[in-house]
Amino acid sequence: MIRQRLLAGPDPMRGPEGLASHVQRLGHPPSIGSALIDVVESSGLTGRGGAAFPVGAKWRSIARRHAGQPFVVVNGAEGEPQSMKDRVLMTARPHLVLDGAMLAARALRTSRIAVVIGESHRAALASMAAALAERPERELRQARIVIAPARYVAGESSALVHFVGSGIARPTTRPPSMHEAGVDGRPTLVQNVESLAHVALIARFGAGWFGAGTVLITAVGAGAAPGVLEVELGTSVREVFEAAGGGSRPTRAILLGGYFGAWVGAGQAWDLPLDPVALRDRGLTLGCGVVGFLHDAGCGVCETARIMRYLASESSAQCGPCFFGLRALADATARIGERGSNTEDLARLHRWSQEVAGRGACRHPDGAVMFLRSALAVFAEEFANHPPHWRAEPSQPRRIA
Amino acid sequence: MSGKAHLTIDRIRCDGHGLCAELLPELVGLDDWGYPIVAPGPIPGHLLAHAQNAVTACPVLALALKRADKPAR
Repeated sequence: MIRQRLLAGPDPMRGPEGLASHVQRLGHPPSIGSALIDVVESSGLTGRGGAAFPVGAKWRSIARRHAGQPFVVVNGAEGEPQSMKDRVLMTARPHLVLDGAMLAARALRTSRIAVVIGESHRAALASMAAALAERPERELRQARIVIAPARYVAGESSALVHFVGSGIARPTTRPPSMHEAGVDGRPTLVQNVESLAHVALIARFGAGWFGAGTVLITAVGAGAAPGVLEVELGTSVREVFEAAGGGSRPTRAILLGGYFGAWVGAGQAWDLPLDPVALRDRGLTLGCGVVGFLHDAGCGVCETARIMRYLASESSAQCGPCFFGLRALADATARIGERGSNTEDLARLHRWSQEVAGRGACRHPDGAVMFLRSALAVFAEEFANHPPHWRAEPSQPRRIA
Repeated sequence: MSGKAHLTIDRIRCDGHGLCAELLPELVGLDDWGYPIVAPGPIPGHLLAHAQNAVTACPVLALALKRADKPAR
């Protein structure tokens, strides 16, 4: 069900809400310091960047460290190519995000905030910079904006911490975890902008008010253009499809969770609840909230080959199994798409996708092979019987390699 | 060194020299690109000395023995 909370107020498409309107509509965030950790914890809010980790528990584990003032990294990198919700939020409701950042800093008793924004999100960057200049609070006056390279892996949290600290947007080997030693060796909180915006409302209205909570969804392939919707957690895939405008053609498969997510056959997908915990119990993920609809003229193999090529190119080339493995997997998928099915490549896809998992410093290769394995299951028939040079849309030939 | 020891690999350091698989084939295999795949679980006692040799031989110090409860990745 559609429920506007983060996007309530003036039409989000009309640009940033300024400080005066924001404060008039919602009032100032309460000053409750570290007591907010309890409130956030009992609200049950989970991170909206992809991992769905409980936000309160994360804050508590950082508050417990005694290694100097923590660092708060506000994650607006939004490297997932299909996701638009973070940039829409930063563009339309910058002060909600900044309220959340300030509340996080106060709860963790620090004044160190870095707001990371992907370099291609120009409207979001302009809106956040203008909003920051309007804020009188000490924590926000000292906050700096860091522009992250438009790379998928740059949004990975260890890469983000590495970038804020050193200017290098590559993942690092863990341990130590960033909770212990992140930016400048300080305990570091990396929190997605949507999660922080929810905190800004929870601080005002309480944990009980939050209820199931809402989540921002980017719907792709339904309606004329990709759209960002705010829905109650647990809303079904079908409701999102209809709210996003539906489609004129039957849908055959749905990509849940974006490029780090998984394909689900349409028959199984319509009634799935968009809720990170419920999806995890089914071996699926909501990721950063991308729901992609593949219509019946689309080819699962070719679409998968295109996404695998992208994921391979986004490896930061630090770990062999990721750099070589994802490239080989993308090549084998493309060969099936271009030259037709062959049992050797199919066997390689199955074996390599098992072998590559868990063998990188970050989770990039794991996400990529999880995505591929879902394609092999949902499009098993097509992978086994794909004709050579078959094109899903003959009128729009697309070269893959 | 006894009890539950695991082999861990720093995947960023590892360049796929393959000495670990040479010295400890019981626990380390190589993938199609020459990078190690470590058998899951703790190192059996009779292989601990060999595992230590493999750790010492790694030219980029990517291989390590960890007594923690975190398994090799």
